[in-house]
Amino acid sequence: MSIELKNVTKTYGGVRALDSVSVKFGGGLVYGLLGANGAGKTTMLNIITNRIYADSGEVLIDGESAPGNDRALGKVYMMAEANLFPDSMRVEPALRLTAQFYPGFDMDYALDVARKFELPLKKKVKALSTGYSSIFRLTLALSCNTPYVIYDEPVLGLDAQHRDLFYRLLMEKCAEGEQTAILSTHLIQEAANLINHAVIIKKGRIIRDAPVEELSSAAHTVSGPAALVDAYIAGRKLLSVNAIGGLKTASVEGEPDAGAPAGLEISGIGLQDYFIGLMNEEEGK
Amino acid sequence: MAGFDESRPIFLQLAEMLEDGIISGAFPEGGQIPSITEYSAALKINPATALKGINLLVDEGLVYKKRGVGMFVSEGAREALLAKRRESFYESQARPAAREAKALGITLGELKKMMERGYEDVD
Repeated sequence: MSIELKNVTKTYGGVRALDSVSVKFGGGLVYGLLGANGAGKTTMLNIITNRIYADSGEVLIDGESAPGNDRALGKVYMMAEANLFPDSMRVEPALRLTAQFYPGFDMDYALDVARKFELPLKKKVKALSTGYSSIFRLTLALSCNTPYVIYDEPVLGLDAQHRDLFYRLLMEKCAEGEQTAILSTHLIQEAANLINHAVIIKKGRIIRDAPVEELSSAAHTVSGPAALVDAYIAGRKLLSVNAIGGLKTASVEGEPDAGAPAGLEISGIGLQDYFIGLMNEEEGK
Repeated sequence: MAGFDESRPIFLQLAEMLEDGIISGAFPEGGQIPSITEYSAALKINPATALKGINLLVDEGLVYKKRGVGMFVSEGAREALLAKRRESFYESQARPAAREAKALGITLGELKKMMERGYEDVD
């Protein structure tokens, strides 16, 4: 059971927004779809949810071809930026309207989430601030109970306290294990502990597709006196390097050397630093 | 809630947190510990990570699962953890302190005195 893209390509005015992308999302996991702005994240999600068409390639949902297939598409809920509700509609009726389209929608839970966020139920959807518009849309996404849920920049405009609340609710939902979630975000640090699996996209291509644990053991950081660090990193694939005075810190790909000399400190690398390193590396910097 | 150090695997840090809780008595023997979902939500970590961390203690027999009820601290878990930490004390605490002392030019005599003083200062 999965959402599967096979060799999906999409071009806008000569620019390849997606370049022969193949990827799978499933297994009740939490995926992080990570990339810089303009990397192709939203294009990919819009193709999955049939908002735009691919130039070529296939999108399968639980093995069925997705484009134009309402039964397959009904298994996916996407929290998108655009509001599809009439201008005059208020928050609570909009929740009830969504419930009619998604049989698994849990109205009691939605009202509970709205209460926790202090989402004004009587306000017009159109009149919500950026933050409350995000809250409204993530309330829908948390409550829809479809097999696949896509969160596209879910915490846009949310303050720290509300981001925290969203992450708690998301983890509670994911711990039920019945839903595959895709978290598309550029806030990698915040997503790092939430996700099982990272799909890293750059300029329309997937450059990494692996469990987070695998990515964090795919590189490490070494710091110490510059001469020692230079000797250690010689011949290794470098992700990043920083020098402050005679002290140097470098991130390199691969497993740490067992016999690293005393004076060098070797530590793990966070997903965000790995991501930044990858972005620089692929630029050939 | 305590932050995680991103240079070490989260599941290991969760396991240590849980061990600390058993040692301090926050999780008494025979008592129930929070569920995977509770840990996952409270610490904002992936449920699989929470499961992996707790399973480390299950594998060591420090925590056991009661099907459909939850997870509980085993009898003798606290003493077993104390023994484990005593065993690793030399590697985890004594040796690093000695190395740092040496790097700073602190003599063995001075180090011993400081240890004595520290020992007396702590209740």
